[in-house]
Amino acid sequence: MDATEIGLWGVPLAVLGGAIRVSTPFIFVSLGEAITERSGRINLGLEGTLVFGAMTAYAVAVMTGSPWLGLIAAAFAGLCFGLFHGWICRFPKVNDIAVGIALMLFGSGLAFFFGKPFIKPKAPNLPAIPFGGWSDIPQVQAALDVNVLFLIGAVLSVILWWAFRNTRAGLIVRVVGDSSDAARAMGLNPDTVRLLATGVGGALAGIGGAYLSLYYPGSWTERISSGQGLMAVALVIFARWNPLGCFAAALLFGGAGALGPALQSVGVTQGYYMFYAAPYILTLIIMIATSSPTRTLAGAPGELSITK
Amino acid sequence: MTARFTLNRRELLKTSAAGAALGLASAAFPISRAFAAAATVGFIYVGPKDDYGYNQAHAEGAAALKGIEGISIVEEENVPETVDVQKTMESMINLDGASLIFPTSFGYFDPHMLAMCTKFPDVQFRHCGGMWDKAKHPMNAGSYFGYIGMGQYLNGVVAGHTSKTKKLGFVAAKPIPQVLLNINSFLLGARSVDPTITCQVIFTGEWSLAVKEAEATNALVDQGADVISCHVDSPKVVVETTAGRGAFVCGYHANQSPLAPEKYLTGAEWNWAKVYKMFVDDLIAGTPLPNFTRGGLADGFVKMSPLGPAVGEPARKQFDATLAEMMNGGFAVIKGPLKSNKGAVVATASQAFPETAIELESMDYLVEGVVGSTA
Repeated sequence: MDATEIGLWGVPLAVLGGAIRVSTPFIFVSLGEAITERSGRINLGLEGTLVFGAMTAYAVAVMTGSPWLGLIAAAFAGLCFGLFHGWICRFPKVNDIAVGIALMLFGSGLAFFFGKPFIKPKAPNLPAIPFGGWSDIPQVQAALDVNVLFLIGAVLSVILWWAFRNTRAGLIVRVVGDSSDAARAMGLNPDTVRLLATGVGGALAGIGGAYLSLYYPGSWTERISSGQGLMAVALVIFARWNPLGCFAAALLFGGAGALGPALQSVGVTQGYYMFYAAPYILTLIIMIATSSPTRTLAGAPGELSITK
Repeated sequence: MTARFTLNRRELLKTSAAGAALGLASAAFPISRAFAAAATVGFIYVGPKDDYGYNQAHAEGAAALKGIEGISIVEEENVPETVDVQKTMESMINLDGASLIFPTSFGYFDPHMLAMCTKFPDVQFRHCGGMWDKAKHPMNAGSYFGYIGMGQYLNGVVAGHTSKTKKLGFVAAKPIPQVLLNINSFLLGARSVDPTITCQVIFTGEWSLAVKEAEATNALVDQGADVISCHVDSPKVVVETTAGRGAFVCGYHANQSPLAPEKYLTGAEWNWAKVYKMFVDDLIAGTPLPNFTRGGLADGFVKMSPLGPAVGEPARKQFDATLAEMMNGGFAVIKGPLKSNKGAVVATASQAFPETAIELESMDYLVEGVVGSTA
């Protein structure tokens, strides 16, 4: 253990490290939700999917010894949850928000039920790529240990941003989300598109869960998520349904989460509850500043049940 | 009235026709201890009961009762510190016929458990960690706790010998008296080795927040802390994150050495099996349950994890000597002259507060050498 003193530099470093470490589940869940909401449906059940994905990934990694198999299993479990949500919402008069809340509780409960035997054993972790090798300072090296999933999430957000504008699939999702009638006139089946979009969204949330249990904090407990899935769903509105915005918002929330502990560690100890509330206060301010009573939110898909 | 009825109903079910007369007879007495031999004991946990921490320690204590004849156990986990716990207690009393309930989390006490005590005067409630006061609280309420601060002092002794940077770290949940005493004891134990040692504390604000605990641990290691301890419900994340960063760790609540066999120095553990057996023995014997129960290392309420492989010979020696002194009784962690980290005198040169001192249970300060604030 090197006794390098970094003092106040620890705060920006911790925020940077925290943004990289903590943001990944936010990135995956919010990208998944962005796809689902762009198709005109809300899946509030992603919190449950996240927890179930975390449990599945951990359990499979323990049993097979391979974190990658765990990751694939979590994505598959998330896909099933998403398809289930999409399938139920195909029926007439079904409220997607109510179904989402039911699935959130169902996913968490099921994860607790199957997860009991896996709290004690230790699973192999997903690998990290050390980008901090250029520095001699151990703190910098630790902050720049970047997990591959973070990089995949970053690339994915750019691809999605591009795909929504420039690919046929992206345009289909958007037209279904903006107007079911227009989509039907084009010969598309909105229900099928939404089913697939919700399935893909669930799979991404499952991957986010795998990151929680297999990398950071890196163990399966029932309190692993502490509401991150719900926050990520809110981030999508905050990011105006833009995948690049989702990525930025996830980084912001990740970094803000690290701010409270980092400030206490350098001796700024008064009012830490205030620092912990910082990201939420920031969200409120931005939401109030950018909203208007006379028009709907910019970028909101027209078919979304909360904005209709 | 409800509780008395429930007790009778259980007897009725057991002894059919004859039981009816018996049940009526028992209604004549406030709570008939003779029938308590077939008693149900309820345990309520705030988190999952296999969390490598606080709840697991209680659940292991509850599990130790399972072999006792005539005693059945009902448990409920993941009960929030809200009106939910009142509903849980009511259902344990009305549906399961519980006559003794252990709500184990700090926030259950006031107002939730106290409300139930008034509502069900024939049911006994014993709370873990609360301050039962004869003048203020009903007689069917009570509290029990262990002097685990002594264990954190011993953690501190080992940490003080092991630390090279002379900076320790402590991940704490909320600034309540028990947590503050643990932080102070950890530092004072380390200062008994080297009076220049400091301890940085980070409060996460909640009993169980995995990601924030991991962030707090990383921030402490980044600031040069090389031995970390904690007081959160599940120390699993703190232990694994600390070991992953190459620093040493002292455990809390339960034995976490399997999580980090090389980096785990020692740990302060609960031994609730002893305490719960004591209460249940009283229940079976028909003697009134004590309202205020406290005990430490010497009483077997608290124990230490075996010392890990990284603990050196001088640390081992001082650990054994201090432990022996504590077992003799009268050992005081908080003793004068001692100042808080805001400069206020908390103990004058002639003052010493042994573990039994009631003043310690309303602690609201961090001692000099602890970097942190209670608000």
